[in-house]
Amino acid sequence: MKNLLNRGPSAHVWKTGVPFIWLTGSALALCLLMVIGLVALVLYHGTGFFWPSDIEAVVLKDGRKALGQRWDKQEIPTSNRTGSGQFRIQLKVGNRDVYGSDFQWIDESDIQSTDYPGDAVVFERREWGNFYGFIEALYEGETRVSNTWDVLQAQLYETRERHEQIREIEKDAIGDLNRQIESLRLKKREIELGGGDADEIDAIDRESRSYWEAYEQLADELAQLRSANEIYRVDVRLIGGEVRQIATADIVRAYRPNQLGILGKSGVYCERIGEFLFDEPRESNTEGGIFPAIFGTVMMVFLMSLAAVPFGILAALYLREYARQGILVRGIRIAVNNLAGVPSIVFGMFGLGFFVYGIGGSIDQFFFSEALPTPTYGTGGILWASLTLALLTVPVMIVSAEEALSAVPSDVRAGSLALGATKLQTILRVVLPGALPGILTGIILVIARGAGEVAPLMITGVVKLAPSLPVDGIWPFFHLERKFMHLGFHIYDVGFQSPNVEAARPMVYTTTLLLMGIVLALNLVAILVRNRLRKRVGGATF
Amino acid sequence: MAEAELAANTQAEAIVPDIQNPIVTVSDLNLYYGETQALFDIDMQIPEHRVTALIGPSGCGKSTLLRCMNRLNDLIDSVRIEGVVTIDNDDIYGPGYDVISLRRQVGMVFQKSNPFPKSIYENLVYGLRIAGENQRAVLDEVVERSLRAAALWDEVKDRLNDSALGLSGGQQQRLCIARAIAVEPSVILMDEPCSALDPIATGRIEETIEDLKKQYTIVIVTHNMQQASRISDYTAFFYLGRLIEMAETSEMFTNPQLKQTEDYVTGRFG
Repeated sequence: MKNLLNRGPSAHVWKTGVPFIWLTGSALALCLLMVIGLVALVLYHGTGFFWPSDIEAVVLKDGRKALGQRWDKQEIPTSNRTGSGQFRIQLKVGNRDVYGSDFQWIDESDIQSTDYPGDAVVFERREWGNFYGFIEALYEGETRVSNTWDVLQAQLYETRERHEQIREIEKDAIGDLNRQIESLRLKKREIELGGGDADEIDAIDRESRSYWEAYEQLADELAQLRSANEIYRVDVRLIGGEVRQIATADIVRAYRPNQLGILGKSGVYCERIGEFLFDEPRESNTEGGIFPAIFGTVMMVFLMSLAAVPFGILAALYLREYARQGILVRGIRIAVNNLAGVPSIVFGMFGLGFFVYGIGGSIDQFFFSEALPTPTYGTGGILWASLTLALLTVPVMIVSAEEALSAVPSDVRAGSLALGATKLQTILRVVLPGALPGILTGIILVIARGAGEVAPLMITGVVKLAPSLPVDGIWPFFHLERKFMHLGFHIYDVGFQSPNVEAARPMVYTTTLLLMGIVLALNLVAILVRNRLRKRVGGATF
Repeated sequence: MAEAELAANTQAEAIVPDIQNPIVTVSDLNLYYGETQALFDIDMQIPEHRVTALIGPSGCGKSTLLRCMNRLNDLIDSVRIEGVVTIDNDDIYGPGYDVISLRRQVGMVFQKSNPFPKSIYENLVYGLRIAGENQRAVLDEVVERSLRAAALWDEVKDRLNDSALGLSGGQQQRLCIARAIAVEPSVILMDEPCSALDPIATGRIEETIEDLKKQYTIVIVTHNMQQASRISDYTAFFYLGRLIEMAETSEMFTNPQLKQTEDYVTGRFG
């Protein structure tokens, strides 16, 4: 008997269960490793981008010179290795308008000497990317002013203030006038369509003429501001000796990284991160900030949750509490589960056909017919995109809400009914509070799913560059028909559709980092709420 | 041998005592789960302000009968009921009878304690709140009264706003008893209230039941013969969906009329 059971040492090892524990443990470790690897990669590439690294002035053996910030260092592939050098470096030399390209590869073996000139300056420009060089002279009008760093910074400050003013006038005052004129035009059109009263049309024309006059005034003001800005110019000497003149008004920021200490660099770093988070994009999204995309993403997630969560909970309540459990309900449950697995682009197409063309088109016909053929709701917008995503995530919500409802013990329901409660009272006062932590878990899943989805958005309302946010100070404040920007789409656009992919690559990582951060932040809020609820109801079931 | 004898006896008329002041009367009750019949021709009366124990082996229909008395069987779709159950001379299965008011009149304590995921206080006032009572003074008074009645007041009076799920198993069950009596029912149904508790907690609940019977009529399902003999005034023995014998408890445990009752209460079968 003893011999039968004891089948040698290997059988013994299996019986202890240790190998199985190792197997499960290593599977988990592998998963964690991949996730940590991904996050680390994104963190590494994403956080370094804003750091103002030193400017290298490189002299090559053949006498050529280059000035720029080190971007990358690579081993040269063996097949096209010419010299004895093992590595080559990539310098961001900027000055795209001069050199034609932002980057230059240099074999390390070709380098004669490298040094870090203290007066080398990085100019971040509104257009054409960075400019690297040495300040030769500063101009105010035709007169040369003393060439000091403080003077340049003062000029920069002054021009930046004016630039802000210009932007404000363009955006707010002129935008406002445009809207008035457009609404008058539509009103006129409406009257014309409805038969037309000559007096009324006259009145409208007069009113609109007064707006045009106001517009002329603003245009004059703008011209003045612009010409006031134009007097400041900088002569910059390139590393090759050539001198170029750039307008101070075109410079966003200028700094000398080689002279900055850790503290100074941190200052520039924070400033650039601030710009990234709170400004609008420049240079076809490869520079500047991504605030509109952050705003659009968060707002879309909220709108989506607003639509998907109540809807999902109500549907789950019916399925779990009221419907007679039978073959039909089981069929619906399977259908809902399958719906969660339908490719998202299919939902996007449905959203385009149903929401945008169907519902949006009808709304336009009935309420905005005077604006036609320009569509108002009959084109992609944040509302339709959110509803499409809500459709996509509602199965997730239903499944998890049902799960949470079924975790409430049936004895608790019976206990409530036995005290004389009606079914509705039981659901509202006992079942839902008990299921709430589980439902919040469902909301977390919905947010995570919705915030990461891009494909359906591309055809229901996301654009590369939205002129205005979906929320602003103009009545009715929420403009749900507007197109919007989205971080996920921004990543795709900057990474693959950008004219300057090399320069935009870090932007992809930082945007990814930000998107992950936002999803994390939204989830953290939900988790905090859930924990508070758990503490209140003291449930241990979830 | 015992089995054969039992089978012979199931056809006979049940032996029931003469009860002077019944509050619940069950007559000719038949109950079906779909095609299966679970209760056969039950005729019995529950005396007011007494504890009546329902005993019998598992699956004999005691709990089902209990749930007929507050119509909790209505929750199960496939259940069909024939016969008459009256409480205070009202036919509770009669047309137009208000189930909600019935359940306020007939409280229930379940086998597993089932506090709501709310504070102790809110658990206790639940029945009043759903009936529309929201005056703080009234609620406070009811909380103290019902907790005292369930002998729980001293243990929880300082943490009424804590979650009820943080109480021990025995405390939770007494909380459920307190919750049932908070709405002042006339009958309390208890479905094996002590089966999940240790002997000390069981002893406390038995003391509570002892106190409660002065004011309330209690019907308790139990598997524990000693418990039935300790706390009940009347005992009814069920077998295979039929009422076999009902008598005063002292009578039932010392001198049962039927052999099969004697076999069950002495533990020779079941």
